Amino acid sequence: MPRRTMIEAIRDAMDVSMARDSKVVVFGEDVGFFGGVFRCTQGLQAKYGKSRCFDAPINESGIVGSAIGMAAYGLKPCVEIQFADYMYPAYDQLTQEAARLRYRSNGDFTCPIVVRMPTGGGIFGGQTHSQSPEALFTHVSGLKTVVPSNPHDAKGLLIAAIEDPDPVIFLEPKRLYNGPFDGHHDRPVTPWSKHELGEVADGHYTVPLGKAAIRRAGSALTVLAYGTMVYVAQAAVEETGIDAEIIDLRTLLPLDLDTIVASVKKTGRCVIVHEATLTSGFGAELSALVQENCFYHLEAPVARVAGWDTPYPHAQEWDYFPGPARVGRALLETMGA
Amino acid sequence: MADAGMLRFHVPEPEVRPGGTPDFSNVPIPKAGSVPRPEIDADPRTIRDLAFSIIRVLNRNGEAVGPWAGLLSSDELLAGLRHMMTLRTFDARMQMAQRQGKTSFYMQHLGEEAVACAFRKALEPGDMNFPTYRQAGLLIADGYPMVTMMNQIYSNEADPLKGRQLPIMYSSKEHGFFSISGNLATQYIQAVGWAMASAISNDSKIAAAWIGDGSTAESDFHSALVFASTYKAPVVLNVVNNQWAISTFQGIARGGSGTFAARGLGFGIPSLRVDGNDYLAVHAVAKWAAERARSNLGPTLVEYVTYRAGAHSSSDDPSAYRPKTESDAWPLGDPIVRLKNHLIGLGVWSDERHAQAEAEILDTVIAAQKEAESHGTLHAGGKPSTRDMFEGLYAEMPPHLRRQRQQAGV
Ligand SMILES: Cc1ncc(C[n+]2csc(CCOP(=O)(O)OP(=O)(O)O)c2C)c(N)n1
Ligand SMILES: [Mg+2]
Repeated sequence: MPRRTMIEAIRDAMDVSMARDSKVVVFGEDVGFFGGVFRCTQGLQAKYGKSRCFDAPINESGIVGSAIGMAAYGLKPCVEIQFADYMYPAYDQLTQEAARLRYRSNGDFTCPIVVRMPTGGGIFGGQTHSQSPEALFTHVSGLKTVVPSNPHDAKGLLIAAIEDPDPVIFLEPKRLYNGPFDGHHDRPVTPWSKHELGEVADGHYTVPLGKAAIRRAGSALTVLAYGTMVYVAQAAVEETGIDAEIIDLRTLLPLDLDTIVASVKKTGRCVIVHEATLTSGFGAELSALVQENCFYHLEAPVARVAGWDTPYPHAQEWDYFPGPARVGRALLETMGA
Repeated sequence: MADAGMLRFHVPEPEVRPGGTPDFSNVPIPKAGSVPRPEIDADPRTIRDLAFSIIRVLNRNGEAVGPWAGLLSSDELLAGLRHMMTLRTFDARMQMAQRQGKTSFYMQHLGEEAVACAFRKALEPGDMNFPTYRQAGLLIADGYPMVTMMNQIYSNEADPLKGRQLPIMYSSKEHGFFSISGNLATQYIQAVGWAMASAISNDSKIAAAWIGDGSTAESDFHSALVFASTYKAPVVLNVVNNQWAISTFQGIARGGSGTFAARGLGFGIPSLRVDGNDYLAVHAVAKWAAERARSNLGPTLVEYVTYRAGAHSSSDDPSAYRPKTESDAWPLGDPIVRLKNHLIGLGVWSDERHAQAEAEILDTVIAAQKEAESHGTLHAGGKPSTRDMFEGLYAEMPPHLRRQRQQAGV
């Protein structure tokens, strides 16, 4: 099976979708001729023409707003916001319009759009190239939110998102574009070409929205993670030697609660990790759900490891990033060690 | 002939792409000195032409001609030349430092040095700029210490912003330089608000808003024009049209409006285009706009026509989207060369003195760099503390953050 980077897998998902369905259009800032600043759309304009893949003016509200109008017409726009940190001008269109179009028109109009955006830190991008705003989307009724952690899933999830009848926010952990970064910033990252999840089948396949994946089976503790933190958790588990079960959520909304609850009932312990800031982060939702559904099985308080409640700093990147050491400490504490 | 029936989707395209021959013959360049200079209180309706021309002072022979000439003494011009040369050398050194891994990121001003350097000299102490990342010339021309700029770029222990901000996102209230955000266009409307506050307070200070061609597409640009127009805010609305927004040519943001300056006309805002590579023209137009603002005549929109000769940033390689020779073909030349030739023509400068100044400037920049590096670079030497990451978010640190700081062990 061919090996692809996450960038190539994402590009392939759009390529496959555009080839199958002439209603799929792709646009965003620098997305057309150049193929995007991360090169995720490279070659699509040459292959499908300027009416199907084109450059947008720098106006995120305009990008999402026009995508909504196209979707109302019957197209299936898959648009790119250059960095998640720049989605805020589009927040009105996403939360007040895209999210509610089906509901308020009782299905008269619908909004099958995908809004892709690179998310997360670890590239010394400072305050404006590092944010993880997933909770700002999961808090909004009417949106679906996806965070892939590897090339195989990224392709299958993106095709599923494009085929989904409702608006999907597709957050791409940019630190994973070229390899499974585990938080050890002082070590080289294994390229996807050497990782089994870098295997990406040609052609069409989907990974269904709303299904988590168990990355490591274990009996002592459950780790809930997504995106980059899946690999940070793996490193922490290896380094502490705890027999943890690691669940990669893949889709935050709809959430695969069954997989989570079955695991925590089995292990009796749960550590939640994300890179986004702690307060009102998606971990708070997960923690509440685990408590509501697994209370009588819990042997220890549910723990959260997250970004500190500050803007993402530049110089102190690795003090900010919840790396394997911090996650490892939480694992040990939750084990009562 | 009207073409009803099947609709076609229109996407603007630049004239040439890599592999093609750059051709700017379709860019009309008026003769230097040919555009009139209206009184500052001219009726905006009578000067709409200025949004479609290009105000120029320096002609091909390096002479200053026409009604916009004659504002600056040769000493002031010599100082201006030095500022631009300093900025260019500063850029070259910092770009190299980035390549050497001493910082994460850099953005240079190559070819656009005249815009901010000359504009700064049209302002008074107390005025406030709301700059983008490509106006470091405002700081250089105002005598802000280069060492401090470098400390910020290196995120070292002497960084005035404590390592919190991306390199080049400077901030200096003292030098009339508002903190750069990194999110495009957000600060354009803030500049208008600052100017409104000055008017509300019966002050005499004015504001200057800054934006790139590409970013004028953002809604915040249009918000700024509405507010500036409605409240006649004392603000100069600057648009730096360097032809490119990363890989996207200016036609994507401009659409069918002809020029960026023309955007102001619908709001009744006097709007001018100026040769952004002509130090004298930039200064003269900036002075005109600043005087209007200070005389209760309201906002002026100024489009600086220039060219981004370098890459967008240290992360960009323009050869993927525009011909390598395009910057050489740019018809408005190089701002440093043009001012240098003018000064030679005035008899106050020479090639020898220029070469000598270049060497002196390089020494000064290298000395500043040495000093900055003695305080550390991004990955080596002195750095801001982990504590600094938690400080300064609120005037008083709330308990939850204090707890987190303790957890972090600092
Ligand atoms: C809201 C927002 N969207 C996108 C970006 C990413 N971005 C940074 S610079 C840039 C191009 C800006 O071009 P222009 O306004 O012409 O300024 P120039 O870089 O040419 O000086 C883009 C798209 C951003 N910083 N903020
Ligand atoms: Mg530009």
